[in-house]
Amino acid sequence: MPQSRSLLFGIVAIQLAGCAGGARPNTGATPVANPSDSISALRSQYASTYHRKDNPPVLIRNATILTAAGPEQPGASILFKDGKVVAVGNNIAAPEDAVTVDGTGKYVTPGIIDVHSHIGVYSAPGTFAESDGNEATSPVTAQVWAEHSFWPQDPQIPLAIAGGVTVIQALPGSANLIGGRSAVLRLVPSRSVQEMKYPGAPYGLKMACGENPKRVYQNSGPSTRMGNMAGYRAAFIDAERYRRDWDRWLKDKKGDPPTRDLKLETLADVLRGKILVHNHCYRADEMQQMIDLSKEFGFHIRTFHHAVEAYKIADVLAREGVAAAMWADWCCFKMEAFDAVPQNAALVQQAGARTIIHSDDAIGIQRLNEEAGKAMAAGNQSGVPITREQAIRWITANPAWALGIDSLTGTLESGKAADVVLWSGDPFSVYSKAEQVYNDGWLVYDRHDPKHQPRTDFNVGITDPGVGQ
Amino acid sequence: MRRTGGRADEGACRRADGTTDRRKQAVATMVGAATLIALCAGASVGQAQTIAISGGTVYPVSGPKIEMGTVLIQDGKIVAVGAGIPVPSGARVIDAKGKWVTPGLIHAGSSIGLSQVGSVDGTNEGTHTGDINAAFNVAEGIDPSNVLIPIARLGGVTTAVSAPSGGLIPGQAVIIDLAGDRIESMVVKSPAALVINLNEGSKSAGGGSRAGVLETLRHLFNDALEYDRRKADFQKNQIQSLAAPAAELEALRPALKGEEPVVVVANRRSDILSALRLAREFHLRLIVSGGIEAWQLADELAKAGVPVAVNTINNIPSFDGLGARFDNAALLRAAGVPVLVVEGESGGPRNLRWAAGHGVRFGMTWDDALASITLAPARAFGIDKSYGSLEAGKVANVVVWSGDPLDYASRAEVILIRGVEQPLVSRQSELFERYKHLPPDYESK
Repeated sequence: MPQSRSLLFGIVAIQLAGCAGGARPNTGATPVANPSDSISALRSQYASTYHRKDNPPVLIRNATILTAAGPEQPGASILFKDGKVVAVGNNIAAPEDAVTVDGTGKYVTPGIIDVHSHIGVYSAPGTFAESDGNEATSPVTAQVWAEHSFWPQDPQIPLAIAGGVTVIQALPGSANLIGGRSAVLRLVPSRSVQEMKYPGAPYGLKMACGENPKRVYQNSGPSTRMGNMAGYRAAFIDAERYRRDWDRWLKDKKGDPPTRDLKLETLADVLRGKILVHNHCYRADEMQQMIDLSKEFGFHIRTFHHAVEAYKIADVLAREGVAAAMWADWCCFKMEAFDAVPQNAALVQQAGARTIIHSDDAIGIQRLNEEAGKAMAAGNQSGVPITREQAIRWITANPAWALGIDSLTGTLESGKAADVVLWSGDPFSVYSKAEQVYNDGWLVYDRHDPKHQPRTDFNVGITDPGVGQ
Repeated sequence: MRRTGGRADEGACRRADGTTDRRKQAVATMVGAATLIALCAGASVGQAQTIAISGGTVYPVSGPKIEMGTVLIQDGKIVAVGAGIPVPSGARVIDAKGKWVTPGLIHAGSSIGLSQVGSVDGTNEGTHTGDINAAFNVAEGIDPSNVLIPIARLGGVTTAVSAPSGGLIPGQAVIIDLAGDRIESMVVKSPAALVINLNEGSKSAGGGSRAGVLETLRHLFNDALEYDRRKADFQKNQIQSLAAPAAELEALRPALKGEEPVVVVANRRSDILSALRLAREFHLRLIVSGGIEAWQLADELAKAGVPVAVNTINNIPSFDGLGARFDNAALLRAAGVPVLVVEGESGGPRNLRWAAGHGVRFGMTWDDALASITLAPARAFGIDKSYGSLEAGKVANVVVWSGDPLDYASRAEVILIRGVEQPLVSRQSELFERYKHLPPDYESK
């Protein structure tokens, strides 16, 4: 029977194993009503089980508010309720049940979004046992998903929360040309990664240019940059055929579906525009190669990560609508990072391309606000003026766009998610700390209240409360 | 263990001048370093020029800040610091009105000059093969044209401890000023400290156990002392075999005589306690480096007068230091421990001042934070007679800042090293100029 061949995958196949040799499968428990029910590809895949935690409405009064969607507002208030921003401005009346927070002398920004994190896939304490970020067994591993490595008890998670981070993209590492799917996560204490998955956020695909893949695979190939390019192209050529085969079958779902291939399934969704491409790529010339490659296969690169040389082609990035995610000033640790300049982000902004500061680092993620401040200062000191309104977008609205969730979060506008940070002072200063962090309206961190300072299982009995805070 | 001030760079030069031929012969691998030391007395003289930095807020570190202060410099040395100091005619005046004036920053734990491109072996000179490298002095591995030197300098770093790494005893660190076209004109003190690793990384040198590491060190130190006492017997072959070649044992001598600080890289509380134990047994002038869990031993470290070099930007737990926390430096300082702030992020040593600012963010006083990157390292390494503060008689390493040097919005506007103004240019600034307008004009830039 046609469907018996399609039942090679997933739970249904296991349930039917005992019926092998029989005529029509009949498990009794889950009868197969029609062929598509037996096709795992058509089922929900590791769905988000995220639930917003209840929190009373909050009014933060008399703070300086950077909304990431307009001018800085001194002496302003923000009200949020049921996980959504209600209003930002003056003369906002608080509902009776609202908690009022005095923001005098303090600053409010959207929650910080890190578009490039390995928290949870390279967890602390950093032993081989937690090294789950690189499936370095083959140069193309589009079939792996970062969420299947993600450890929600990584003790780095509460540290990032205390740094004002509300959303991360957890990515596979950069050993491979195509490293696998990313996970877009709300940074909230959870028992499973599914409880953290941002509802409605598209998946990302991690790709990597340059030195890392050619170093890791120098014996088996690719061992050159031209080998890297050939590797991506071969993978997407396979994906094109796979996409055509499935699209043809999906039209009427008649007959056997094509054999499912997790690697090509992910790449086909890239070609369909459902999965956003996040491409680790340092050098300007390689970024241009990758833009050509994306045109060859008809997809769009959403963001270049570790775009150390973005400043050399900022005009091209602006024209192509590709964002550049950068460190503020990491330099010189390898040849493709040797041309790093601290004005990189400022020059990308000046050219009109989407500018993002990312971390790639469990400490850097705790101080992305400072890294943005540093990169802003580097521009301002070099005749490339950057406004505070622009700089706050580097770590909020722009990474939200890169992750495809900018209609949901990333700015403090009414109707957006109540991802809110209260800072002790100017968030671009070395001296300021996140005092309160609200994730989807939930007070997930309060520097002055130990009840709101989450710890992970790893912390228990090992590190004192307050370590790292 | 606390070293009193005054064992300054001049001291190092005197020691070098007094270096005997015997020592030079015995420690063949040290000859290069000894030569450098001999040169340093002449090298610290800057251009014969008088410079007055006037009108700024002067932070001498050795005393309270001076509004509208003047720093007067002659021939590479500071000759006066204060308010209302008359400026000699003919002096070059640097107007520092509205600016902040500080000593040049001292990076107490760097590999400046020893490493350029991290992943390119050909540019890395700080690691010697093997576990015991007491006689390995990094001085001649330093490349004065390393492009990272001007980048660090633009961050206000004028002086650096440049240290070897790897193995149980990586070798001898040196102190350099970040200006000069050859090592002879850069070196401040060489050797400046013996470096020992007492952490996860050196376990293999002890057979895979920390206990074995300590046993190895004790054996080595005892043999070095034995060798020192019975050199004649050694030369007559009347001494049982020693734990290391004579040159290694000889190179340990200054550390074991308390003449040279010993930087022990130790992070775990138990490793720091081991370092303290070793220091008591062998009368070492201990500096703890890393010190992730040092905050748990703050009182003991304070009582022993042991300086701790801390990366303020580290709170990630690992089995080499589960108790990592951002306020380590503040807790140590509050207990009275001399704290040296170093940085450890990939932005590089240009970020030293912001690492100190990060210390303030988590509880250090601003004054202590500035001292942690100026006078405290100068004292710890025994160069405070000439470095670390703005005082008459000290070497004129001075930085004029546009604003608070510990925060991001400021930049170094004038950088003097040994009284010589440094160009505000690096490979980074040249790349920026080349690409600040796109497309680039490859013909002119």
